Amino acid sequence: MTLPPEQPPDVIIKVVCRSLVPFIQLFGLYVVMHGHSSPGGGFQGGVILAASFVLLVLAEDRATLRHHIPPAALNASTSAGVLLFAGLGVVCLALGANYLDYGPLPFAEPRSIGMLVIEIGVGITVMAAMLSIFRDLLEF
Amino acid sequence: MNVHQSAVPILVVLPPLVAAFLLPVVGWRFRSAVYPLTLAALAFSCAAAFAAAREVTLRGPLHYYLGGWEPPWGIEFRIDALGALMLLMLTVITLLVGIYSKRSVLQEIPAKEVPFYSVYLLLAAGLIGLVSTADMFNAYVFLEITSLTSYALVSIGSGAAVVSAFRYVILGTVGAAFYLLAVGYLYAASGTLNMADLAERLPPLYESPAVLVGFAFLVIGMSIKMALFPMHTWLPGAYSHAPSAVSALIAATTTKAAAYLLIRVMFFVFEPRFAIEIIPVTTVLGWMGALAMVLGSVMAIAQSDLKRMLAYSSVAQIGYIVLGIGLANPAGYTGALLHLVNHAFMKGGLFLVAGAILYRTGRRKIHEFRGLSGQMPVTTFVFTVCAFAMIGIPPTGGFFSKFYLMLGAIEAGNWVFVGVIVLSSLLALAYLANVLRYLYFPTDGNGAGSGAPDAAIPRRQYAPWTMLGPMVAITAGIVLLGLFNGEVVERFIEPALPAGLLGSGVAR
Repeated sequence: MTLPPEQPPDVIIKVVCRSLVPFIQLFGLYVVMHGHSSPGGGFQGGVILAASFVLLVLAEDRATLRHHIPPAALNASTSAGVLLFAGLGVVCLALGANYLDYGPLPFAEPRSIGMLVIEIGVGITVMAAMLSIFRDLLEF
Repeated sequence: MNVHQSAVPILVVLPPLVAAFLLPVVGWRFRSAVYPLTLAALAFSCAAAFAAAREVTLRGPLHYYLGGWEPPWGIEFRIDALGALMLLMLTVITLLVGIYSKRSVLQEIPAKEVPFYSVYLLLAAGLIGLVSTADMFNAYVFLEITSLTSYALVSIGSGAAVVSAFRYVILGTVGAAFYLLAVGYLYAASGTLNMADLAERLPPLYESPAVLVGFAFLVIGMSIKMALFPMHTWLPGAYSHAPSAVSALIAATTTKAAAYLLIRVMFFVFEPRFAIEIIPVTTVLGWMGALAMVLGSVMAIAQSDLKRMLAYSSVAQIGYIVLGIGLANPAGYTGALLHLVNHAFMKGGLFLVAGAILYRTGRRKIHEFRGLSGQMPVTTFVFTVCAFAMIGIPPTGGFFSKFYLMLGAIEAGNWVFVGVIVLSSLLALAYLANVLRYLYFPTDGNGAGSGAPDAAIPRRQYAPWTMLGPMVAITAGIVLLGLFNGEVVERFIEPALPAGLLGSGVAR
């Protein structure tokens, strides 16, 4: 199935959306960074980050998404986030604690930092997975 | 409380889990590294499973607290003798099918190795986690991991695979939802999710409606997941349309994992007397198993496609396992577990043969196999041994599991079940001997040669060694399981025999 040819978007829509994107992304990062200590989280932040790219694609065209995030990178980062999560667990295991026991990590507040790292991992995966779904919807 | 903590359980689960997410990252640049990495992860996991089994037989159940949180608050991995047996079976099968998959994946789903092996490893991690965990909700998570990955692997296949996968998704989700509801009810009634803790808190609550309903939901959910007879409709399509390696893997493992979970909850989380007396589930399960054994075999006879025939035969074989659970005496329970392991090997082996024939000749229909024994001698031999095991001919494992089931049925005084076991074995002989007839005899009974099909392929057509190796290993496994069945029962089944089964008969 092919989509009808894309109309060139209106310049007002383009400019407004493009100028909104950095603020959305900043807020997304803020939400990710707050996952472990206050309201927020990797999932929610990841969705907000993905939404910024969705807005960009809606205002511009599909080529923009491909330009900013190549499909192969999208696939790789979907699992890279989970790998970060699982890998941190393995690091804990290597440091002599149980799997996912952040106690012995070499930071000032190991449990807090450990949870922050997994929230970042969740954020990456959720963002990439959301964008993959969006991309697949566009292509069919 | 004196528990034996050990890091081995996590070392069985982690390699496939981490490798599943490492593959897409590595495979982005180095596609050729995907297959060796998969095998390395599966082999590591298999070695750890052997270490776990050794430690369990020497020192009793292993405990592992994830994140260092003690149960009942944290999630616990616990491997006892039953879990160790399941782990050995699962890791050996996933490793062998993993080795086998190389050529058939290249032929059937080219350019999709990275997602295929990633999902494959995730399925392996889900199965291994399901038999390691001691937490009801964690078991649900692993059950869903195995289900979602199986849906994906089935849908990779060609033709009607997507339709079959969709049907599998719908019924599988219904099954999982029943299990989740059951966990919710039990949690509401008891306030805990840890299996050992539940086992302590449940007995005073046995008459509570929430517990009764929860248990009923659990049995229904697991019956759907393991394709017990009236709920088997997702299975034939899923098994026959999936890629060869996937058919072998999911036929050998996923229904067994559901059966394991049912056994674990019925006999270990609940006391056996609950399922025997308070809700007579075992009686119902016994009769449903008997029904599945007969009707599954009858439907298998009617099939002309080899993979579809094997799929219906799986429905019948699940019947044996459920019948053994339903007998609820030591011999029947032993038979059910032995048959669970044996069937994983023999049905895995048969699907591997079907895949090898498909790979070399492109044939799926049984009547097209005429005279194939001359062209693929080793493959045909593997099929023959697996078929003998399915029918239950003595040196193979299949004989001994049926023997225990028969013993259990006699002990229970249920002569109908004895008759059904014999009848179902004869029906298995009927559909498998039909395939053997085509494989070994180039001409039909009237002396007329078949002609055309033979000429289409050259004289000797050995399957590639990556396929032959695992098939021969599985054949050896079937014979070894038969010869050393006493060892298996003594080391893995008797130490974890649930207390309070019917009868006082000795399992051996």
